[in-house]
Amino acid sequence: MSTVKVITGNHAASFGARDSRAEVIAAYPITPQTQIVELLSEFCADGTLKAKFIKVESEHSAMAACIGASAAGARAYTATSAHGLALMHEMLHWAANGRHPVVMANVNRAMGPPWSIWTDQNDSLAQRDTGWLQFYCESNQEVYDTTMIAFKVCEQVLLPGMLVLDAFILSHTYEPVEMPDQELIDEFLPPFDPPYKMDLKDPHAFGALTTPEWYMELRYLIQEAHEKALVKVREVEKEFGETFGRHYGPLELYRCDDAEEVILIAGSTASTTKDAVDIMRKEGRKIGLARIKLFRPFPNKEIRDIASRVNKMIVIDRNISFGNQGIFFNEIKASLYQTKHTPPVYGFVAGLGGRDMKIDDITGIVKQAETCNIEEILWWGVKL
Amino acid sequence: MSKSEKKMMRATIPEEEYMFPGTVDCQGCGAAYAMRLALKALGPQTMVVIPACCWSIIAGPFPTSALKMPIYHTAFETAAAVASGLKAGLNIRERDATVLAWAGDGGTFDIGVQALSAAAERDEDIIYVCYDNEAYMNTGIQRSSATPWGAWTTTTPRKHPKDRPKKNMMEIMAAHKIPYVASATVGHPEDFVRKLKKAKEIRGTRFFHVLATCPTGWRSPPELMLELPRLAVETRVFPLYEIENGVYSINRKPKQNIPVAEYLKVQGRFRHLTDQQIQYIQDHVDETWELLLKKEKLGRLF
Amino acid sequence: MFVEVRWHGRGGQGVVTASELLAGAALAEGKYLQAFPEFGPERMGAPIKAFTRISDGPIEIHSHVYTPDVVVVLDPSLLENPAITEGLSDEGKLIANFSGTPDEVRKITKFMGRIYTVDATRIAMETIGRPIANTCCVGALVKVTGLVALEQAENQIRQMLESKIGKKGTDANIEALRRAYNEVRS
Repeated sequence: MSTVKVITGNHAASFGARDSRAEVIAAYPITPQTQIVELLSEFCADGTLKAKFIKVESEHSAMAACIGASAAGARAYTATSAHGLALMHEMLHWAANGRHPVVMANVNRAMGPPWSIWTDQNDSLAQRDTGWLQFYCESNQEVYDTTMIAFKVCEQVLLPGMLVLDAFILSHTYEPVEMPDQELIDEFLPPFDPPYKMDLKDPHAFGALTTPEWYMELRYLIQEAHEKALVKVREVEKEFGETFGRHYGPLELYRCDDAEEVILIAGSTASTTKDAVDIMRKEGRKIGLARIKLFRPFPNKEIRDIASRVNKMIVIDRNISFGNQGIFFNEIKASLYQTKHTPPVYGFVAGLGGRDMKIDDITGIVKQAETCNIEEILWWGVKL
Repeated sequence: MSKSEKKMMRATIPEEEYMFPGTVDCQGCGAAYAMRLALKALGPQTMVVIPACCWSIIAGPFPTSALKMPIYHTAFETAAAVASGLKAGLNIRERDATVLAWAGDGGTFDIGVQALSAAAERDEDIIYVCYDNEAYMNTGIQRSSATPWGAWTTTTPRKHPKDRPKKNMMEIMAAHKIPYVASATVGHPEDFVRKLKKAKEIRGTRFFHVLATCPTGWRSPPELMLELPRLAVETRVFPLYEIENGVYSINRKPKQNIPVAEYLKVQGRFRHLTDQQIQYIQDHVDETWELLLKKEKLGRLF
Repeated sequence: MFVEVRWHGRGGQGVVTASELLAGAALAEGKYLQAFPEFGPERMGAPIKAFTRISDGPIEIHSHVYTPDVVVVLDPSLLENPAITEGLSDEGKLIANFSGTPDEVRKITKFMGRIYTVDATRIAMETIGRPIANTCCVGALVKVTGLVALEQAENQIRQMLESKIGKKGTDANIEALRRAYNEVRS
């Protein structure tokens, strides 16, 4: 029998790590991630989870210790947010380039200064090119589910994966989360046995100096693994859906079947957008939502598919690449360039630093996209 | 061979080699010899974690390896953290190995000190060896906080040599109340091997501060690889001692009062020093030695 | 049905626990729910808010609550704060931990909708032995709104508290809940 608990997004992450049977956890507290590590500490202390929790002195060491554990062949997990993630940056490269399937929850929080503890996506998107898989969740249930999905995919392609949840909107919000039987989870996610590990009987040197003669080939293999990961995400999410009855996919489509225009967005704002879509539908508007769950590897095929079926795309970014545009906006446009179907794509930057995204904001953005100049970066709700 | 001769000839350093010949270290490299000795002492059940340092090069480029043991190469400041994770990963899988973190002075005294301090505070079950060649030698001789007062490096030119004393890493590590802290040099192989063998049997964080000659950076003749650290000990510049569960014991108390000048004058990095500056070093060395003698007398300190 | 409840109290008074308690009880009745604190740093003694959404259908919205249907005030000292009635229409309900009458609350708040009072602090002192008004306020809310059954709230208290504070403390909280349920005034 599965159980349903009313828990926060943070605790959904902790339960996800517990039920994925993480073996080594190394983490450092940061608002708004702290409850993840607090609950995991309790799980480790009371034996609910047979894992070693290393209480490190920084996020940099957290990732380093996870890498060490992964090198030993263990399933490693950590969680962080914003500045903690930024401090990890060097080791994020190390984890990916070293082919360690570490899984991490990142609570999306705006970067300082000024200090902000509220949500936006610049922290995780700044780690775009480190080689990590990135999954953006829209509900606590998805946070829980995606933990095991991420472990499964990552361990098959030997790459690390980051699941992302919005600060407070998910991290501190209580929602019902269904947790399946451990037996079923164990079947879905069997123990990790990496093909290469630190082994006295089969000694290797990991990460040794590599001359220009071979470095590029190792990077090629990572790109290849990302391409494989895209296939695996589709497969694993399908298997997850068949086993547990919940379906996500790299790009979740909501009321897109006959849609003439589509909103593209990632994170918890996507769920608010579903309500907004319902309201606009009632008013006769043929609009849908394409929620970007998977950011790396980028679901180009899914993006092109939906582009081929609509006349207009509206991208809402809770982030900005300074000096250019919203990051999802850019990625989506790049995905469509030189393809057959390139409907106009409007990009809005909204909700930075935790500014609330209401139904009215979504409908307002859609309305503004009717008249605005497509060549401008469209800031939504800026008071200047 | 008489009985007493046999006793004298008894080899205390294991004959087994775990390091392949032909490594790409400089002539007279103390760091390379230190690893050779360490692996002999610790034996084949050892895994090595190496952050950025000379050993990132000495260990050999992909796809080669200088060691018969598994090596994990990691980022500069992460030796202690990766070693902690590695040990935890082995433990949870019920696998056993001695985890050896092997870092230079830059990776220990400077950029890695935060992760090392944290690992020691947690009393992680690892052996951490800092082979100290007293500057960033791998990047071409830049000063570190292990560089002694008065020394030339490329970032402390002769017109303005290092004007701060060497950081006392032994005391910093002892302050963490870990079970074992020891100094050693490549000029005292038996002593180093004995200490490693002892450390291997202890659980918790064990820290070694090993003076490793660097002819390239010290501007000294390569053939003095063994001799220079011995002089460092005889002149009390680098005392050999252990701190075992809070008890200090000095392993070598030189009977002769050899002036530090004897140690300094054979190294080009100290060539510019005036007599007055050498006297300053002598005074500092004497003070530090006296303090160490006092600590030894006090018995258990933590 | 789609109901939004806003809770007002001070850090340390169990405001978030109250919102969570109601959410848990709603779940047990097969309803959909969401509960969350005001987003930001919580400090002991400072005014804080928490929110509960309860619905017959799945809840997708993840924005703040701006127009609550019910406001519950756990701390009488907050009644003068205009934030109490913000976004609360005259169709809404205000439930206050207050020793006096609803009319007195109306004078303080100028709220024209329905007002209910419950002397939660006194009930808590007499049952739990500490001025923790949160379970009492849930009791009053259950009576006033019928959002969940009283037994469901009792079960939820048992589930949430028993492993943390033991049977005796849990029983006292349930007693507080019941008394508030019966003693709430309109």
